[in-house]
Amino acid sequence: MTALLHQIFSGLAIGGIYASVALALVMIYQATHLVNFAQGEMAMFSTYIASSLIGWGLPYWVAFGLTLAISFAGGLAIQRIVVRPVQDAPVLSVVIVFIGLLVIINSMAGAIYSYTITPFPSPFPSNAWYGNSFISPHEAGSIMVTMGVLALVYVFFRFTPLGLAMRAVAQNPVSSRLVGIRVGWMLALGWGLAAAIGAAAGMMAAPIFYLDPNMMGSILLYSFAGALLGGIDNPWGAVIGGFTVGVLENIAGAYLVGTEIKLSVALVIIVGVLVAKPSGLFGRRLVSRV
Amino acid sequence: MAALLEARGLKAYYGPIPVLHGVDLEVEAGGITALLGANGAGKTTLLRAICAMVRREGEIRFADRALEGLGTEDVVRLGVAHVPDGRGTFADLTVEENLRLGAYTRGDRTRVAQDFERVYGYFPRLRERRRQQAGTLSGGEQQMLAISRALMLAPKLLLLDEPSFGLAPLVVKDIFRILRAINREQRVSMLIVEQNATSALDLADRAYLLETGRAVMSGSAAAIRCDEAVRRSYLGY
Repeated sequence: MTALLHQIFSGLAIGGIYASVALALVMIYQATHLVNFAQGEMAMFSTYIASSLIGWGLPYWVAFGLTLAISFAGGLAIQRIVVRPVQDAPVLSVVIVFIGLLVIINSMAGAIYSYTITPFPSPFPSNAWYGNSFISPHEAGSIMVTMGVLALVYVFFRFTPLGLAMRAVAQNPVSSRLVGIRVGWMLALGWGLAAAIGAAAGMMAAPIFYLDPNMMGSILLYSFAGALLGGIDNPWGAVIGGFTVGVLENIAGAYLVGTEIKLSVALVIIVGVLVAKPSGLFGRRLVSRV
Repeated sequence: MAALLEARGLKAYYGPIPVLHGVDLEVEAGGITALLGANGAGKTTLLRAICAMVRREGEIRFADRALEGLGTEDVVRLGVAHVPDGRGTFADLTVEENLRLGAYTRGDRTRVAQDFERVYGYFPRLRERRRQQAGTLSGGEQQMLAISRALMLAPKLLLLDEPSFGLAPLVVKDIFRILRAINREQRVSMLIVEQNATSALDLADRAYLLETGRAVMSGSAAAIRCDEAVRRSYLGY
């Protein structure tokens, strides 16, 4: 029983990371109707930036905040410089651009920081009061941080004029222009926010997975499974999906398939959702009249 | 009267295909101008061209400012509110959120609050339904919401694309009555596209008749109504 509870809690910790990345994926998806394959690599690069900042002697939480800001600016810049010129291009071109981004960021990280696996510090001391036999301090802290990030994002979208404008743009860009919203900047802002959310997830993931340029590969896959499970067009569905996938993956890894082929759980979920309920648990079914 | 909006030789394109072939048009400050014409004459395109939603050429001025080179957002920020065909409400957002978005570009909170009261005064149904998702409203209520959202911009010019489309005659009558009241009380000029030529001419001071992308006739609403050809083709008696 203790073992099972332990698996569930650490599943929730990792699920929080998946949930954050899934939310970032959905935010981009709502604006572009495409999955940003480079989301994981952007988060990985952000984590390297955090690692450098900490290496230069900055306190962890200062580095954390600074990394969020840098990632936000980076995401904004990527949208303005790389994505915007192809926004009216055919779907395949944009997909290729996203994959190109993935490869470029991955190689850049490799070239700058090398491919060797490096440890990344956890801000949560290993003897903290919130750690016990079910859950390690880092896992508990990670859940708190991801929940905090998700809550902030919720408050932003629900209660601020800017958040309302961004929701409007995701829903109806034409009408948004007609009320004077600068749609181009809202899209860029969405990329910035997604990059910052991903960065927080990356920094929470790195102490568990260790930092290397391929760190986010499997995380992105699980997050995508989570986003699909919750409904790729529903941000809060994606969050729930991310947590669910984290728990499922951990339990399956411990009791069903073993850790070696745990990644196949993500693929089973992806295929299963697409076959059984393509709109996901909370997604909207698109019906087109013919 | 001074022209609030003035277009000279306005051309508009969908991709490479020209839809307007050089239209001259004036909308008087404080007046209501109707655009009549058959399906495909270019009425909707003309409204879209004013708001830079389609590629356009030719001279176009609003409140003594040239609109060339401005994007949709910038034209809107000058005080042009467009109620598009299909209404363009944000279906998943509440009525109140839709109205808040209408006032997105305005900073003055007291004025915005007053305008909330004002549009709820014109359309009490919207106040009752302000927490409801816009997509769950009836067609008439959605049209009321679309007009109200446009008013929340505190516009100088209101562009209305077929406000009667798909609505019951009684609802249409109601909406036209309120449009007239808005024009008188708020001094909002209007350019209105209508299939329903009779109601449009009742409402408007001036009218233009569009045929295949050209303005073939213009004049006071009364004169247009009396025209033999217009009567037979568009008024049906």
